[in-house]
Amino acid sequence: MKFTILINEGPYQHQSSDSALHFVQAALEKGHEIFRVFFYHDGVNNGTRLAVPPQDDRNLPKEWSALAEAHGLDLVICIAAAQRRGVMDADEAKRQGLDADNIAPGFRISGLGQLIEGGIQSDRLVVFGD
Amino acid sequence: MAMLHIVNKSPFERNSLESCLLHAKPGATVLLIEDAVVGAAQGTVLSDRIQKALESVKLAVLGADLEARGIAQEKLVDGVNVVDYAGFVDLVTGHDNNQSWL
Repeated sequence: MKFTILINEGPYQHQSSDSALHFVQAALEKGHEIFRVFFYHDGVNNGTRLAVPPQDDRNLPKEWSALAEAHGLDLVICIAAAQRRGVMDADEAKRQGLDADNIAPGFRISGLGQLIEGGIQSDRLVVFGD
Repeated sequence: MAMLHIVNKSPFERNSLESCLLHAKPGATVLLIEDAVVGAAQGTVLSDRIQKALESVKLAVLGADLEARGIAQEKLVDGVNVVDYAGFVDLVTGHDNNQSWL
């Protein structure tokens, strides 16, 4: 089956990012397709490459990036939510006149239409949030 | 049209599980994940409510979240199933639709 996953909560805020990550891993192991993972609201904070959690803790942004690389996942960050929270790719940083970008590898910034399309194109939309 | 309801907050903190149980139709499955797993434990003020809910809906809890909170599977209300993440995926594919009670 084809899945789209929606994550509305930031990493380390509670447990949603962990739950979603484990769910996606389990779905992939079962041979299902992950059409898209959409990060919305505080969930956009999963997509910063500048996160440096303690060494004995899990690094959620890195785990998402690694999973995306291994399985060709489409990790999409909502642009409006990202701009509010300072998550930028190089183009957006330039457009906003900022001196740096921080988007993690494997993530891309796009609009809410990508979530709607994910819901239409997938068999199941599963929501993780607070 | 069986629906999977996913609840992730402790019923001792929020009322999302109660709202879910009031809305869930017979034949539906309610999956408790994250802090919600404590709701399926025996010997709480909610245990009778859970027992009664089992007459019309199926109840499942995510084993990893149960273990993380130190609750043994034997301490669950009778009739509640324990699933792993693969079982979570199967529940999603095995129901026509799913709803997260955030």
